[in-house]
This record gives sequence, C-alpha cells and structure tokens, in this order.
Amino acid sequence: MTTAVDRVGRPVRRTTSRAVPYAFLAPAIVLFTVFLLLPIGYAAYLSFRRVQVKGLGLGPGSRIEVFAGLANYRAALGDGELWRGALRVLGYGAILLPTMLGLALLFALLLDLHRSRLRRFSRISIFLPYAVPSVIASLLWGFLYLPAVSPGQYLLRAAGFSEIDLMTSRTIYVALVNIAVWGGVGFNMLVIYTALRAIPHELYESARLDGCSEFQVAWRIKIPLVMPALILTTVFSAIATLQVFSEPTTLRPLTNSLSTTWTPLMKVYRDAFVRNDLYSAAATTMVLAVFTLIVSLGFLRLVQSRAFGQENQ
Amino acid sequence: MRRGFKRFTTTATVLLAGAVLVAGCSSGDGGGNNPNQKVELTFWTWVPNIDKVVEKWNATHPNIHVTASNQAQGDELVTKLLTAAKAGNPPDLAQVEYQALPTLVSNDVLADIKNETTAAKADFADGVWATVTLGTDAVYAVPQDVGPMMLYYRQDEFTRLGLTVPKTWDEFAAAAATVRTKSPKQFLTTFSSADPGWFVGLVQQAGGSWWGVNGDTWKVSVNDAATKKVADYWGKLVADGVVDDQPMYTPEWNKALNDGTLIAWPSAVWGPGVLAGNAADTKGKWAMAPLPQWSASENKTGSWGGSTTGVTKGSKNKAAAAQFAVWLNTDPEATAGLVREGGIYPASKAAQAGPALQKAPDFFSNQADFYVVAKGIADTAAGFTFGPNVNVTYSAYKDSFAKAIAEKTAFAGAVEAMQTATVSDMQAKGFKLG
Repeated sequence: MTTAVDRVGRPVRRTTSRAVPYAFLAPAIVLFTVFLLLPIGYAAYLSFRRVQVKGLGLGPGSRIEVFAGLANYRAALGDGELWRGALRVLGYGAILLPTMLGLALLFALLLDLHRSRLRRFSRISIFLPYAVPSVIASLLWGFLYLPAVSPGQYLLRAAGFSEIDLMTSRTIYVALVNIAVWGGVGFNMLVIYTALRAIPHELYESARLDGCSEFQVAWRIKIPLVMPALILTTVFSAIATLQVFSEPTTLRPLTNSLSTTWTPLMKVYRDAFVRNDLYSAAATTMVLAVFTLIVSLGFLRLVQSRAFGQENQ
Repeated sequence: MRRGFKRFTTTATVLLAGAVLVAGCSSGDGGGNNPNQKVELTFWTWVPNIDKVVEKWNATHPNIHVTASNQAQGDELVTKLLTAAKAGNPPDLAQVEYQALPTLVSNDVLADIKNETTAAKADFADGVWATVTLGTDAVYAVPQDVGPMMLYYRQDEFTRLGLTVPKTWDEFAAAAATVRTKSPKQFLTTFSSADPGWFVGLVQQAGGSWWGVNGDTWKVSVNDAATKKVADYWGKLVADGVVDDQPMYTPEWNKALNDGTLIAWPSAVWGPGVLAGNAADTKGKWAMAPLPQWSASENKTGSWGGSTTGVTKGSKNKAAAAQFAVWLNTDPEATAGLVREGGIYPASKAAQAGPALQKAPDFFSNQADFYVVAKGIADTAAGFTFGPNVNVTYSAYKDSFAKAIAEKTAFAGAVEAMQTATVSDMQAKGFKLG
C-alpha cells in the first residue's frame, strides 16, 4: 500500500515513510551486493578450497576441487616471498610518500603565492600526467630508462658522463618512484591547493600586519590549516602504494631486477593467472585486504585528533 | 478452463509427434547429422591473417562455418581457455602451444580426437605426433607449426671481425670472447632470463628431459645433467662478460639487433619474421646455420615454440571441429596459406617441402636455400615431454634466472630453484611423483 490516504481519509504516513528509504537505498544495496559483497564472499570461499589431482592428472575427472581448511592461509603467510615483497613495497612507499606529498605541498604553496605568474598553465601542466594511465606512463619511462634507446642517457654519454643504470636491483626503486611521483603529484597538489584556497584571507592580512614573512605564513598558518587535506592525501597515497602493480609489471620484461613476485599484488596475479592457482591467490588477497584495512584505519585513528579535531569541537 | 487446458495438451502432443517424425526422417538420410543444418564453430587463434585461410574453408564447406577470433596469445590464451572451459562456454577450436597441451588436458579442456585424426598421423614426424598424444592412446590436437632451432648471424660482421661460423658450443664461446676483445661495444649474443621457451629448446638439444611418465607417476628432473650443462655453459659466458645478459624482446634488444650491437641469435625457424620486424635495417646481412653442437660428431637441435589446433571438450560439434583442424594443418592449400599469410613453418612433412617454401624469406634473399637447410635441421629436432605445470616451471625460470643474473650467482642455483618450484607445486596439487 503506497497510497498516502486510507479509505476513511486517515493518512498512512507510517507505512510509507518506512518503505521509502529502502526503495531509495535498493539500487545502492543491490549494486553493493552484486559487485562487492558477492565477489568478496566468493574469493573468501575460494580461499578455503584447493585442487586435488589423482594419479597422472590427465583425462576426465582426475582433477577435483576439495575443502582445504586453512592450508592456503598457512602457505600464504609462510611464504617468505610474500613478506619480502611486502618489505620491498614498504621501502618503495618510504621513498614515494614523502617525495610525492612534499612536492605536492610545495607546488600548492607556490601556486597559492600572490606573486606566481602563469598559475593556470602551471597547475594544468603539473596535473596533466595524472591523466596518463599508469601502464602508458611506465612504458614511456621504460623507454627513457633503457640506455640504448633513451635520449637522456644519450645526452649523458655525449656530455662525457657515464650512463646512469636505473634498472639495477637497487636503483629500480628510484625508477619506480619517479613514475609514481610524475603521475601522482598533480592530483595531490590539486587537493591541497583547493584546501589552501578555502582559507579566509583575513588570516593572512592579520599575519602580515603582525610582520609575518611569506615563509612564516606558509609554515605557521597555511600548513596547519591544510593538515586535514594532507592527511587525506597521505591515506589515499598509502593505500595506492600498498596496491602498486602496473608500474613494476610493465617494467618487468625490460630488466632482470624485477621478479614476478616483486610486490604482493604481483604475486597474487602470478598465482592466479600464470600458475592457474586461484585458491592460494584468493587466500593471499584476503590477507592483503585485512592488512590494508588495519593500516588505513590505524593511521586514521592515530591522526584523527589532529586532523579532524576542529570538526569535533 | 479445464477444457482449454486439455486442448493445449492435445496440440502439444501433436506438435511433439510431428517433430519426432521430422527428426526421424532427417536422421535417416544424414546419419545423425542433418547435412542441411549449418554448424557454427569458433576458433581462438593468434596466427596473423589466419582469417584468409579460414575463408577458404568457409567457401568450400558451406555447412561448417568457422569464425576465427584473436583473443590473446600463448600463455594468456591458455588462461582464457581454462576460464572459459570452467564457465562452460569455451570456443570449439583453439590454438595451443605444445608445452601447454598437458596443462589443458589435465584441466579437462581438450577433447580426444583420435578417431577423426587416424589418417592425419602419417603427415607428421613421430616426435611431433608424440607431443600431441602426451604418450597416451588419446590424440589431443593436430600439430600446426614447429620451431626447430638454428643459429642466425650477421654475415658482414662475422667477416669484419674474422669469425667463422661456430660448429660447436666451444667454438661459439671462443667467438663470443673474440668479439669482446676485437670490438668491445659489440656482443655475439645475449642470454635472456625472459624466455623459458628459448632455454628449453637449448636443453632439448643437449638431451635434457624435464618430465617423464612411468605408469601413473610423474618423474620430474628439471635439474638433470643436460640442463645443468646448458645452464653452467651460459652462466660462465655471462659471468665472464662475453655475452650480454639483457632480456630479449625489449626496445633495447630490437635496437641492438638493428644497429649491430648483437651479431648472432640462436633462435628458431620463424626468426626471419622477427628480424624483419625488429631489425629492418639489416636486411640481407644475416645468414642461417645449424645450431652449434655439444660435440663435433653430433647433429641435433631443439625446438622453440610451435603450436597445435585443439578441439575443446565443451564443443557441441566436435566431429566438425576435428575435421576443420585436420584440414587446416594437412590440406596443401591450407598449409600453403598458413605459410604465406601467417608466416608459420608447418609441422606437416609434405608442407615443409611444399611450393610455398621453395623461395627463401625476403629478409634472407641472400640465402636461396634457406628452407632446404631448414628442413634438414627440422629433421634433427629432439622430442620432449612437457608436464602438467609448465606454467609454474616457466615462471620460475624467469624469476630465478633474472635473480641469478642480477645478483651474479651461479646458474646451477637457478635450475635447482626451477626443480623445487615444479616439484612442490605438483606435490601440493596431489600429483603422484616417482
């Protein structure tokens, strides 16, 4: 019954108001269930299964799926390669996050200066790489890294210097961080810049009246006030870092320094689609998802008082 | 209401009876298949321009229509096939590389087409046929092309550096060292950690055997003596710095082939096509010779690449699909089309001596007897048994050899890592290992 008035003329608001929110929610709930909950549930189910082969494993019926208990989880957690991959990602993130966010903040502050010229142009040119898909970006940079085809390396040789090999097992971090910084600075800069524009100008005026230099304004007023934006970009970038996949995957065929298990996600891909073992890949995915959730929530909790303190007061 | 229902059931019964009658008639003339009913087949393949060959089939076989579809290549297509078969909608036919056959058979993707291929068996060398039977009584695919390995070298650079074509691997190593002393910017060749198929070809030549079947148990010996010999040989060349250690099929490698930084390439019979694409400036400067041998008295080679046409278990028209697979790979017109349009080297013995292969490839117009030499080499290709988890072994090759090169450790360790990865994967899945 969705009519607003019953036979005697009494409004039936209660039933209507109870159903309406659900009707509005239904599309979201359906989409959430079909495209998020069900796949996650299926992945979780697969992570407790494994394949069981009989004899030679050739011919019909020689390969069946059986319940595996926690075996896949034990194997995932006990695999040194996963942990080494996680360490490599931490190292990568330790270089990437400060570099990318530091540059983003610096560019945002510079753009916010009254004296800056070509503000629109600079903003767009810094942001533009964000629009380049990371696979394309990695391919482009890959060409630039290879000594024989890179114009940069050619110039170095022409100037009498020796080439810089960016594809050794140590320098590969720089090569990967560079691609991510190039692609990510613009977006983060824009978020911080937008936050900067929202700061009331009276604050700067009174600061200048009190004799603040531009540097002091930036350090004592702007940065503290954009802290929520900085924390937001840090959380997003940290999550993206934990999921790094396309850059090392694209560069891998070019070098001996990147293995197929260089990051945990690459290992998941290899297990699922190269080794055709969806079960252990699903288990590793579950471990990674839980880990990412803990790290993100933990970080947010840690900085909550500082970042969103003002809102709660 | 009730009467209406009864009338409906009566009509249905009449219709049904009519259908049975019609079916009875047609099965009378058609022997189970209605000759006037058109069969639609899909074929997943990556051979360039193969649709032109398929068109010839469609033109002469009005009742069996084949549609070729380029879904993916090599390993990726295997993954796609496995997924499609699991989901219950695989294509009727698929291009399958030799090393992927056991994986697909083990996952119950391919149908046994023994009955449809009895006549075709004689068209192929025994070693090639053994790879599509997997040593069983069944036949899982029809061989299409083979990739016997041979040595490509820059004739002009060899003359300039005073090199003779190496007949043994010892001479090859000596030539590699000579290149470095006479011209430090050049390398004879490179060792690639990215191409397990290349390495396994070299291992085949040395007599290596990675998998074997004994009753109902598998024997895995990726770390056998022959494999270690090949690994140690290349490991020493890389460690001494006399061959390059960068992977093949990169922009860097293309340039090195094109500008003469690399002057030799142990590759397979399809090499001219690759060189024409990657090193266009060197046209007419290359020549082909048999692969160097492990001892001067030997005459053997291995295979790199090569593929088959398989019929899937999920196909609703297996007999028609098998008929097409046989035609595609044995009919003179079809194989000639595959050679001309697709640039493959056919597995069929008759096609190897066929009219399409009388003339040397354009890129090797300086070597008129290219395909005569190639056929001689192809006849010396060693057989090889692939196991049910080649994908695991191959991905272990990439990681462990890349690591050995990057960390400058012995290649023997990389071979052991491949063996460990292969065995532990098979054990985890429950294969019986002997």
